[in-house]
Amino acid sequence: MHSTNEIKLLAWKIRRDIVQMIGCKGQTGHLGGSCSSAEIVAALYGRQMRLRPDDPQWDGRDKFIYSKGHAAIAQYAAMAEVGYFPREELWRVKELGSMLQGHPDRLRTPGIDAGTGSLGQGLSIAVGMALAMRLDGHDDNKVYCVMGDGEMAEGQIWEAAMAAVNFKLDNLVGIVDRNRLQATGFVEERFNTNPLAEKWAGFGWAVLEIDGHDVDAILAAFEQAAQTKGVPTVIIANTVKGKGICFAENQAAFHNGLLSREQYDSALAELDADIAGLCQG
Amino acid sequence: MEKHNQRMAYGQALLELGAENPRIVALEADLGKSTMSSLFQNAYPHRYFEMGIAEANMISTAAGLAASGKIAFCSTFAVFASGRAYDQIRQTVAIGKLNVKICGSSSGLSDFGDGSTHQAVEDVALMTAIPNMTVFTPADADEAALAVRAAAAVEGPVYIRVVRNDVPDYTKGEFVPGKLSMLRPGTDVALIAHGVMIEAAMNASDLLEKKGISAAVVNASTMKPFDAQGIVALAGKVKAIVTAEDHSRIGGLAAHTALALRQSTTPMDYVAIEDQFGQSAHNAQDLLNHYGLTAEAIADKAMALLAR
Repeated sequence: MHSTNEIKLLAWKIRRDIVQMIGCKGQTGHLGGSCSSAEIVAALYGRQMRLRPDDPQWDGRDKFIYSKGHAAIAQYAAMAEVGYFPREELWRVKELGSMLQGHPDRLRTPGIDAGTGSLGQGLSIAVGMALAMRLDGHDDNKVYCVMGDGEMAEGQIWEAAMAAVNFKLDNLVGIVDRNRLQATGFVEERFNTNPLAEKWAGFGWAVLEIDGHDVDAILAAFEQAAQTKGVPTVIIANTVKGKGICFAENQAAFHNGLLSREQYDSALAELDADIAGLCQG
Repeated sequence: MEKHNQRMAYGQALLELGAENPRIVALEADLGKSTMSSLFQNAYPHRYFEMGIAEANMISTAAGLAASGKIAFCSTFAVFASGRAYDQIRQTVAIGKLNVKICGSSSGLSDFGDGSTHQAVEDVALMTAIPNMTVFTPADADEAALAVRAAAAVEGPVYIRVVRNDVPDYTKGEFVPGKLSMLRPGTDVALIAHGVMIEAAMNASDLLEKKGISAAVVNASTMKPFDAQGIVALAGKVKAIVTAEDHSRIGGLAAHTALALRQSTTPMDYVAIEDQFGQSAHNAQDLLNHYGLTAEAIADKAMALLAR
């Protein structure tokens, strides 16, 4: 999968799978934060990362840590699409005994390298992976860690931010899915973690700020991160929570909410209308 | 009886492991001169990571290293290892069954001067409660070194409880994870202890011998997986059991032994810290005396059970 359009198509598939994984049978799901990450996850799994889905433990792989682990369904959709496991597994997410847990679980899901769920810890795990890559001489590999902007309130993020600079981890790329909402409302109103770019820069990171739904911008940022030596790079990706599903956009209620039958049908109809436009484009 | 230091044993064992196995890495949170991970730093600086005064980040970083095939040893004081980084241990290390080995140094009341904030009296309870964890509580320096080796061989997380002060050399050069070991045979009562309390149990056995009571001393140097079968077998050979630990009576040796004995007719009692924190003192023995963690207390409990 290479072209920008194909990555856009993957993001669309991810969104459609997210809606279908949540369904409308009384199970809640993290719709908003999963949809805000769709292009980022699609760009990573569809193009950026060196992976062998048929050999999940391949020594030469890049690493992906979803620090905002509640958005795991976006990752599961991407992983199924590139071939880590059959798509049928997606419809069993969070079912008793399923390989796809509510949060990423390395022992249950092939291709998940480390579990997350307690917010604020993923970047530290990514630091450890980046150190291991350096020790093992995997100089062409990268670790990508996707975090949330609400998650920036967790102090451990900043411990890890300092560690990454101390160790000069230019093989580590942080991505903040800045969808501006946390579970109970707007980040700016509930517990303001802004300004983010200044904070990361102050900690010594190379900072890029982009539209997190613009696939070309995401890929260009990854390219720029790859050229940056001596310091880690963070990409502040400005996104819309619930992106692509109009009734859920910018709504805290869809952080982890239920979909009614009407909402479910309307979300799929809206996505199907979008794909028609994407295919014409 | 000659005494040696468990922290030094940890540092030396880690150093030896580092020579034998390139997968071994070490992380420290600014206490390397106390935990003795500094020995590893000097020999293998590229495999040693000073994580600063940030224990939570240290454990999660170790998880990332372990998820990449390393065997990551982390050391800091037991109170910070088990408390401050509990969530990181639980969430990523234990759920993921990762090869992170945690040395809880200066455990129990052994950091006597620093007081309650630095005295881990509940670390065994916290660590044994986590699924997938292995918990070693070595009796002396030799056993601490063997426990470090055993930890490296375990597939998954391990917590090793180490004390600050020198302890007498009681063990005999053998450490079988998951098994009680008999340090002194006896027929009337079994005194089960770990760590610094082995010395008190030995002295209690001496006191009891003078009163004509034969007291076995048993070393519980693996708190998880706990040797419940060994406890039950022991209970069949003696008339009473007394446990002794420099830890809360909640969730430690007393609690695990009582659970193992739930269907036994052999009575048991315990010597442990009641449900309270420690405090500062000028030496460790003053604290052990203050909290009743003494040979006399162990002997009294044994005699009271035998008199019933």
